[in-house]
Amino acid sequence: MSLLELKDVRMSFGPVEALRGVTFSVAEGEAVALLGDNGAGKSTLMKTITGIHRPTGGAILFGRKDLRDKDPGEIRRLGIEMIYQDLALARQQDVASNIFLGREPTRRLLGLPIRMIDTARIEAEAEAIIRRLGARVPSVRYRVGNLSGGQQQSVAIARALTFSPKLVIMDEPTAALAVREVEHVLELVRELKRQGIAVILISHRLTDVFAVCDRVVALRQGEVVADEAVAETSMNEVVAHIVGAS
Amino acid sequence: MGEPERTHPALAHRIFSFTETAMNLGSMTIRRPAALHGLGGTIRLESLVVLLLLILALSLASPYFLSVSNALNILLATSVIGILGFSATFVIAAAGIDLSVGSVLGFGGVAGALAVNALHLPWPAGILVSLLAGALCGLVNGLLITRARVPAFIVTLGMLGVARGAALVLTNGQPVYGLPAPMVWLGQGRPFGVPVPAIIFLGVAAITHFVLSRTRFGKYALVIGDNQNAARATGIHVERHLVALYTLSGFLAGLAGLVSAARVNSGDPTAGTGYELAAITAAILGGTNLFGGRASVVGTLIGALIMGVLQNGLNLLAVSSFYQQMAIGAVLVLAVWLDQLNRGRGRA
Repeated sequence: MSLLELKDVRMSFGPVEALRGVTFSVAEGEAVALLGDNGAGKSTLMKTITGIHRPTGGAILFGRKDLRDKDPGEIRRLGIEMIYQDLALARQQDVASNIFLGREPTRRLLGLPIRMIDTARIEAEAEAIIRRLGARVPSVRYRVGNLSGGQQQSVAIARALTFSPKLVIMDEPTAALAVREVEHVLELVRELKRQGIAVILISHRLTDVFAVCDRVVALRQGEVVADEAVAETSMNEVVAHIVGAS
Repeated sequence: MGEPERTHPALAHRIFSFTETAMNLGSMTIRRPAALHGLGGTIRLESLVVLLLLILALSLASPYFLSVSNALNILLATSVIGILGFSATFVIAAAGIDLSVGSVLGFGGVAGALAVNALHLPWPAGILVSLLAGALCGLVNGLLITRARVPAFIVTLGMLGVARGAALVLTNGQPVYGLPAPMVWLGQGRPFGVPVPAIIFLGVAAITHFVLSRTRFGKYALVIGDNQNAARATGIHVERHLVALYTLSGFLAGLAGLVSAARVNSGDPTAGTGYELAAITAAILGGTNLFGGRASVVGTLIGALIMGVLQNGLNLLAVSSFYQQMAIGAVLVLAVWLDQLNRGRGRA
């Protein structure tokens, strides 16, 4: 049974049709690459899944639940996390705060019905997650804006993995990384698959895609033009689909 | 100023222990590098130094400056601007701006005064009307900014005109004299010699400090100001939160209006003219980032006190109020400049 099912998803911004009926599905523990040229609709599609955009037509089912009337917070609670290309971090907040952003555990102030953020717990748990991921972040109290690009990405990854997601969407996670860091991200995708967590990987780097993904879905002008198992296709074929030469 | 000077020995101790706490707060943050503290608890060290230097210099310059009664005078004189400063702190934390607080202050004061004088409502209703009138203005600001998507600068500039105009229309431009005694007490009462506005000022400081630095409400304001997309992506209800922030800002302006009306025992439709800029100055002096994401209520308290101390000291030294405005402007630019220098070093 598929975990995520998109059926004829449509999205218009005024007269512009960004998505013209997108249909595909993602199974549990499967890594699907979403490919396409700039402007093909990849990011728009992902934003309709995470609830930032509300699709103008079609259905998005996640374990039989319709996501269309849910807001980004509810969708995260259902188990979909996204690592954005710009990482979506609050640079003036510290590492721990960023990892728990939107989901801060609270405790009562002196037993009163006043809830305050449980900073001690956030810091302790963030510390544990960072250690488990083997990320090299000097301290969870460091402001994210003071970290390097790779470290900032570790924080974004830690945030996506902290609340046991079922599906992780990664938008160009390797675009801005050094070779060694790329390998780290690819290993992470493999590890997620081993744990039964599904991944949607948006990438322009076909070598990365072929290294870790099970399936490729190519978008062109808001439509799915190819949906193939990696084992049964080649880079040349995929490129042809993306640019529309087939 | 010009109020009878009374000194309470017991109070001197309290004031000094307050100053001590404030200084400890400062040094705590100093020892931990500011960059390590993301909870909005950071204060700008330069501001504290400026405040202490001002106190030192004025103590040497005027024999009347360093006394308990004068300290209370400063707190009293700073209270209204200070409360507006706290509202500015929240709005600016979220990368917003509220230019209407001065006018909303006038409108809130007038509304409360009219409620008891024209509508003959009991005094608790008068208090409530002031607060609700302010909150309502803020709510309208927030809805226009988030629903109609008009920039906050424009919306609140519009409200600056509308609220002031409404206050003038309702009163025919004349102050509404005479408030019930319990309302007047809010402005003129002195339990144990401490002016009530000063108590309200410090009480609001304590509550808003807690809210900004320890609760989700405060943290989300900072995150929205830092990166609105990140806030939205992580499930924070950005629009709803902004409406709440502007409503809070209006509510605090209404409270400031109530206090300022109570101080003069009348609802003056021109009260608070130009205060919005003083409020923003207090917040920026205190280290709040004008572009959002970093803010501190303790900082704003210090910022407001810098302005209050400067004004009071220069009054005692009989310096013309024209020079006082120049001094406050210069201190603002100086404090932010020092902050920039410091940040430049920190990055290297």
